[in-house]
Amino acid sequence: MRRFFVLFKKEFLQIKRNSFLPKLIIIFPIVIMMLMPLVMTMDVKNVNIAVVDLDRSTASHRIASHIEASEYLTLATVTAEFPLAMEALEQGAVDVIVQIPDNYERDMMGGPTEKISITANAVNATKGGMGMQYVVQTIARTLTELRGEKMPVEVSELVTIENRYNPTLNYRHYMIPALMIILFILVCGFLPALSIVGEKEAGTIEQINVTPVSRLTFTLGKLVPYWLIGLFVLTIAMVVAWLVYGLTPAGSVGLIYLGAALFILVISGFSLTIANFSETMQQSMFVMFFFIMLFMLMSGLLTPIDSMPLWAQRFTIILPPRYFIDILRSVYLKGTTFMDMWQNFAALGIFAVVFNTLATLTYKKQA
Amino acid sequence: MSEVVISVRELTKCFGDFTAVDRISFDVERGEIFGFLGANGAGKTTAMRMLCGLSFPTSGSGTVAGYDIMHQGEEIKRHIGYMSQRFSLYNDLTVWENIDLFAGIYGLSKSETKQRATELLERLNFASERNTLVGSLPLGWKQKLSFAIATIHRPKVVFLDEPTGGVDPMTRRQFWELIYEAADRGTTIFVTTHYMDEAEYCTRVSIMVDGQVRALDTPARLKQQFAAETMDEVFRTLARGAKRGE
Repeated sequence: MRRFFVLFKKEFLQIKRNSFLPKLIIIFPIVIMMLMPLVMTMDVKNVNIAVVDLDRSTASHRIASHIEASEYLTLATVTAEFPLAMEALEQGAVDVIVQIPDNYERDMMGGPTEKISITANAVNATKGGMGMQYVVQTIARTLTELRGEKMPVEVSELVTIENRYNPTLNYRHYMIPALMIILFILVCGFLPALSIVGEKEAGTIEQINVTPVSRLTFTLGKLVPYWLIGLFVLTIAMVVAWLVYGLTPAGSVGLIYLGAALFILVISGFSLTIANFSETMQQSMFVMFFFIMLFMLMSGLLTPIDSMPLWAQRFTIILPPRYFIDILRSVYLKGTTFMDMWQNFAALGIFAVVFNTLATLTYKKQA
Repeated sequence: MSEVVISVRELTKCFGDFTAVDRISFDVERGEIFGFLGANGAGKTTAMRMLCGLSFPTSGSGTVAGYDIMHQGEEIKRHIGYMSQRFSLYNDLTVWENIDLFAGIYGLSKSETKQRATELLERLNFASERNTLVGSLPLGWKQKLSFAIATIHRPKVVFLDEPTGGVDPMTRRQFWELIYEAADRGTTIFVTTHYMDEAEYCTRVSIMVDGQVRALDTPARLKQQFAAETMDEVFRTLARGAKRGE
């Protein structure tokens, strides 16, 4: 016990004496939590629209003015000639073209209707796609309005689209848990590896290897300090999310800490394992980066797992962050309870045991 | 009467097809100061690392403090001290924190640690430096502190790999006084060095050339055997035949 305690104390003293680490551990979560939710938004604003009005009716004017009034859309130009609008689209001045056919208003009331056509520049797929959706919603609303005035009985089937509208704030709340996980991966994924490889480079690990300290004690001495630091980082992140974005967990705070406690063990154990195989900082960082790319891009942090190809979906089963992002989002946003997702906790528990056993076994005192 | 503390038979270490240590055999008795000499690259450090349980032998056998070097590395570590060629205490911890750390790792209780550390600091005239960061100490002081820490748990054997490299003659002399004190207390000293005057201080000396032990005896008898005035001449006579370069 005393062996563990002196190693634990030493690790903290070293972190404290480092001119950079203590500042990083406090500033990192604050900056990431304050800045990133503002930047990482999938909402599209200022979509430039060209209206090609061949109808010149009340209805077409109404559509144009509603587009102009929209918060997300900007009416760039109204013209009667499609090629002009197309030219603007090619130059990048316009993102979406709305063409209202001749006699649209008249035909709307009955008979075969020539449809409104929408053309979007999808080079920037997000802006094109989302812009198109906004336009469809805006037009749908206008049409419902127009039909309501003229034939009050009929309810447009397009009304349902309205539910898709995603206010910016929700997206931000959706991203905040993901940012917390990125923080854990950066702090608890890199620091333990750096600390071990740093000792290899300084030669101090050899002085430890020639003592009777057990591999488990040494590994715990490296693990526990970063585990506590991780929980500290979580606390800062949660406070910032609450103060700045007014986001508090809908479910139990204890459950979030439980999930985080397990997840940090997983990621730190992983980091220590990598460090045991690395001789230099460069090597350990390069390998860590490779896995962090996988973790960030494939475990549903930024893009939903459901829309990945099937093989990728199966692959995510072995990515630990996948389970924690699920826990964090559900507990934060939906207020899910432990019983609803005990499988996720169990998965994290298994990963924690596996990686830390690996970290202990791959640490070689005698080569 | 004499007790064998280190015993090595046909010890060999190969890295790929390079044989760093080639079938060496020797015994070291309790309380001896055993000088382990050899040119750079002769295999001294590799041999020492095998004895300390840091490296597995490729073949051969040996015991240190009564434990088998092949299978009981961790047992050996309880009974030895080791000071590597490269200074390897924590530069970002103070003198006291380093002592406390290693004493704790060697299983000394808090009160034992405190008592021995105080005693040790006084013996080294270090009491005023207890809260100084080790990184800011002069090299000579660092070496003395390393030695003190390597012997804090009163090991049976202490391995010193070029302990006085790069320090001034005055400090070297003080360092050797520490070695003598430890030997007087019954600690066996296993030391590598490049200074031939230091070789004269040893009870017995072995000289390694190209991974093999080419000579092993007391300094006086070695000089006689090679008809030399000094250990320096003995060493040069042997090292001249070395095939491995610097």
